[in-house]
Amino acid sequence: MLHLLTAVGILVCAIQAIRSRRLIVSALWLAGTSALVALELYLLGAPEIGVIELSVGAGLVTVLFVFAINLTGEEATDLKGLIKEPLAVVVTILMIVLLGILLVPGVDRAAPSLGEPALKAVLWGNRQMDVILQAVLVFCGVLGVLGLLGEKESTPTGQTHSEEKG
Amino acid sequence: MILSVPNVVILMVVGLLGVGIYALLTVRNLIKVVVALQIMVKGAMLALVLAGRLQGQENLGQSMALTVIVADTIVAVVGLALAVQVRRVVGSLDLRALTTLRR
Repeated sequence: MLHLLTAVGILVCAIQAIRSRRLIVSALWLAGTSALVALELYLLGAPEIGVIELSVGAGLVTVLFVFAINLTGEEATDLKGLIKEPLAVVVTILMIVLLGILLVPGVDRAAPSLGEPALKAVLWGNRQMDVILQAVLVFCGVLGVLGLLGEKESTPTGQTHSEEKG
Repeated sequence: MILSVPNVVILMVVGLLGVGIYALLTVRNLIKVVVALQIMVKGAMLALVLAGRLQGQENLGQSMALTVIVADTIVAVVGLALAVQVRRVVGSLDLRALTTLRR
């Protein structure tokens, strides 16, 4: 029952995050989605991942969103989409059906739990390459953001338009 | 269809991926695109944890979900930094403004 309530909450938060017109409200709904996903992870028996999702997904990413929205400013988001809405609905339904066909039979092939090593043994022992790649990814992300947010590369908007006209 | 825990989680995963793909197809604001990607990744993360649980390898699924969280955060950070820079250079967050590489 709690799983079902969490599922409904997650989907409502996700839909609201997409539907809301103000970007800041959208970011807050996304934080709600993250928090409920963390609760679901806890209920699924993954409390460590739930805590990390709560602190990173609902905390850090939300702060980043608010920071970015403050830098860029609110903008009207009720523009018409890149493709026509009926086509988007059809593609989405097609994807949902395909996913359902692929995923649902997997539930019946569930295997019994084997005596597997603890999470820390799996993470630091069996999947060392993942951990190293994560560290490299974080480093690359930091370098990428430093490069992107550098002031030297940007040119003012007005100058761009005047150059185009000229 | 019985509403057992795996079925509910699969419904959640499919729902999150559906909402994400619909948003990616219809939204034109760059920050909203990052929001849609975040929603899709949450669905993928839940699917990984569920798959590990169903296959009797819970910790493997969880360690992969951890990798997904890190990658997802980096994607969000770089995507938002790109959005800030696009706003500075182009003057708008509209994706249509990015259809050419001219400045």
